[in-house]
Amino acid sequence: MQRETWTNLAILLGLLIVPLWAWVTDEPFTITLATRAVILAIAGVGLNIALGLGGLVSLGHAAFFGIGGYAMGVLASHAQAYSPLLEWPILIEGTKSMPMIWLVAIIAGALLALAIGALSLRTTGAYFIMITLAFGQMLYFFMISWPAYGGEDGLSIYVRNGFPGLNTLDPIQFFAICFTLLVLVLWLFWQVNRSAFGLALGSARQNPDRLRAVGIHPDRTLLVAFTISGAVTGLAGALFADLNRFVSPTMFSWQTSGEIMVFVILGGVGRLMGPVFGAVLFVVLEHVLGGVSEFWHIYLGAILLGVVLFARGGLIGLIAGRAVAHG
Amino acid sequence: MVEARSISPILSVRGLCKSFGAVTASRDVSLELAPGEIHALIGPNGAGKSTLIQQISGALTPDSGSVLLDGQDVTRLDVVQRARAGLARTFQISSLNMDDTVLQNVMLGALGRRGGRLPVFRPVMRDGALLAASAAALGEVGLTEVRAVRTAELSHGQRRQLEVAVALTLQPKVFLMDEPMAGLGVEGSQRLTGFLDGLRRRAPILLVEHDMDAVFALADRISVLVYGHIIATGTPDEIRNDPAVREAYLGEEMLP
Repeated sequence: MQRETWTNLAILLGLLIVPLWAWVTDEPFTITLATRAVILAIAGVGLNIALGLGGLVSLGHAAFFGIGGYAMGVLASHAQAYSPLLEWPILIEGTKSMPMIWLVAIIAGALLALAIGALSLRTTGAYFIMITLAFGQMLYFFMISWPAYGGEDGLSIYVRNGFPGLNTLDPIQFFAICFTLLVLVLWLFWQVNRSAFGLALGSARQNPDRLRAVGIHPDRTLLVAFTISGAVTGLAGALFADLNRFVSPTMFSWQTSGEIMVFVILGGVGRLMGPVFGAVLFVVLEHVLGGVSEFWHIYLGAILLGVVLFARGGLIGLIAGRAVAHG
Repeated sequence: MVEARSISPILSVRGLCKSFGAVTASRDVSLELAPGEIHALIGPNGAGKSTLIQQISGALTPDSGSVLLDGQDVTRLDVVQRARAGLARTFQISSLNMDDTVLQNVMLGALGRRGGRLPVFRPVMRDGALLAASAAALGEVGLTEVRAVRTAELSHGQRRQLEVAVALTLQPKVFLMDEPMAGLGVEGSQRLTGFLDGLRRRAPILLVEHDMDAVFALADRISVLVYGHIIATGTPDEIRNDPAVREAYLGEEMLP
């Protein structure tokens, strides 16, 4: 456990020092890159609750990422146009307040995950992958063809949403907000993993028959995990939209689901900091190799292949060794 | 414990029938498990023991007939509900969480026994009540020293012991044990036989077992299943001398 704890702290510290250094040397683009990595990491931690702890190979997490993004887009676009979302039977107005948007994104992500999970968890294995993929694509095409919020063109939000007492337009302050949320989400993952619920969830992943034999429903346990997972990924979607000040159906696409899964697998499935490491590496490669060749995904693919073949615990596993069961 | 039969049974299987297409796996199977007894179920390979176990544990629903647990009809309940109603089964092939520690495996049993909601924000490994129940179960089967070991690293014999320890944490009304001796050496079998001998005082055991030495040493009653049907039920002596049983086992295993 020691070595993994040190590795985790080093990654987190690095992720904090680089943008601070960029802030000192006045390089806002680097801060934005770090913020992007942090937000994608939150999405990855969300998936890691379902995939890493529950063993649920979801290829539909773009649905939760996307609904979080549109929660931001819809609320902020109504606020900037001064037109309420709903006038009857109750008045619902848009908002430019981040905490409010996060709350809506989290609830929307959770409810969507509850609905998709309730249907998808009747299946397992390849069928589960396919049905989650199908739900994600359904929402993708729905958003493309729904003209009210920009359709295929998406929605632009002109001014970043606000957080009480902070200037969110300042890159380092927005980074600080996202980094704090990442730490909170990591804390949630850690709590879930070591709780009684986490113990049951681990059994639902490893051996559902064992869980049934002690009188606990594996399906219900997995559904709760999937819902928490969707909520966290929804939050990441809202932050991602705020980073870009733009939302589009691409957030719902299966490529997005695939990328979130790549973070988790690259870094280490089920490892606390796995998705963080994976997301950071992804953003770095995207930036460095993306400058060399527009086909940088080839190199990413090669690395992913190497990790899957030779480092089953992901890059965290490569550095810190096999996960230690705590007892 | 012949007098036990007059007491109302804890587990009562009545007229179970189960077919898969043209294959009849259970044909009018009835048996009872009285308080304090070990009732062994034996039969040649392919007799339908596994199918019967699955119908008792709730993994399969019988075509007709009923299963009563402590007077309650549980025929329509699933595995989870029957476990909560007080039925603890052990698996023929150790069914444990291999990535978890030994302690975590028994903690899961204690957690299931407690029931209710599973807390998300409290570390389970610091739950005193669960730890105490788990430590007791590990102590009973003699696995205290390896409690922090990853289950995948246990020997086969230790896994069999852990399988029993998890069942102990459930504090069930009935133990349903599917070949607990499977793969154990002579010494391991003898140790487990001694342990099960004492266990029957806590809850009766329905024992499905191939190890005839263990069966005849432990069982108060033995039922013999052949082609999905129970051809004889009786004390070990009665079964040993039953001509139909002898015929069914001819060329298979020798009855001691």
